[in-house]
Amino acid sequence: MWQAIFDDYKAKGFMVLAIAMDTPDAARPWIEAAKPTYPCLIDRDHHVADIYNMVNVPQAVWIDEQGLMVRPPENAGGSDVFRQMDRQARTLAPDLVAERDRLKARYVAAIRDWAANGPQSRFAMDRDKLKARLRPADRSIGEAHAAFRLGTWLLRNGRSDDAARHFTEASRLHPQSWNIWRQAATKDQSGLATGPAFFARVDALDSRTYYEQVNLEG
Amino acid sequence: MTTILHETTETVCPSARADGAALWLSAPDLERATGWALKPEGLCRDALCIPIPPPLRSTLVKNEAIDAAGLWSSLGNPVAHDEGNAVWLLGTGSGQRSAALETLEAPDFALPDLAGVSHRLADYRGRKVLVVSWASW
Repeated sequence: MWQAIFDDYKAKGFMVLAIAMDTPDAARPWIEAAKPTYPCLIDRDHHVADIYNMVNVPQAVWIDEQGLMVRPPENAGGSDVFRQMDRQARTLAPDLVAERDRLKARYVAAIRDWAANGPQSRFAMDRDKLKARLRPADRSIGEAHAAFRLGTWLLRNGRSDDAARHFTEASRLHPQSWNIWRQAATKDQSGLATGPAFFARVDALDSRTYYEQVNLEG
Repeated sequence: MTTILHETTETVCPSARADGAALWLSAPDLERATGWALKPEGLCRDALCIPIPPPLRSTLVKNEAIDAAGLWSSLGNPVAHDEGNAVWLLGTGSGQRSAALETLEAPDFALPDLAGVSHRLADYRGRKVLVVSWASW
């Protein structure tokens, strides 16, 4: 979905950096199938999530020509519509598909507007609004990323039991991070961490969101 | 053989010595592993020096060795370690992370693509950049 925007605006100085919160082996088939022409970086330790305080995918941050953020790290077009899927058949009713696509399209339209208009875009936030929207990480989030990073290193070095201990600790310290939980969770045959344990966790959110709906024009 | 993780780097320090919650390193090893150097004025990297109160310094620096884990914790940074595997993580505290975001300057990072080629965010200065995350899971 980012490729079309990149193609349309790259000549006007627009760039996409895709960050896979993933292992190279798991990310590779997806990248090789999609063949994006923008850089696809592999962030096996979730370093970008650590420094930008991200908790989920897709999340994005918009950065201007001077290297300044013009939108905070935030949900990039995801929606909670998936919570209403038929969990047996793994299908969404047509009206829900339409709603999911509408929310995604709204976000994509905002990026296109910014890519075309830069600071004149109504989606580029001024400094004060942006500062008010930032979510500072607290101490336990920092400690969670430390435990997670130790876990990914141990896993790469064949110490999966030890890794699991640190991953559990990371999720305990930072329960809002789906990145940490899903990366460490057991995957099904398609490589997805969307089994019963995932949905139990999603259901436990109750009225809280999985993907926070951002006010794009606020 | 002790491995020290810091930001996106990983450094093997053969002469490191762990003692409970303490991790004793030589000053050159500390700098090699973290980029931070122990100087008379404090813990320094580039132009930045974080002062270390003298009482703390006398506890953490002994016989040319530094308790890097103790130093890190006392400065408000996360430390994690796995004793059985001799691996330590000297992290960056949430206070420092948040302060960096508050400047609104996008924190820089460098990561490899599938071919192992490193890309740095700052290399794309002069363009509008959409940094967007995804995952296979």
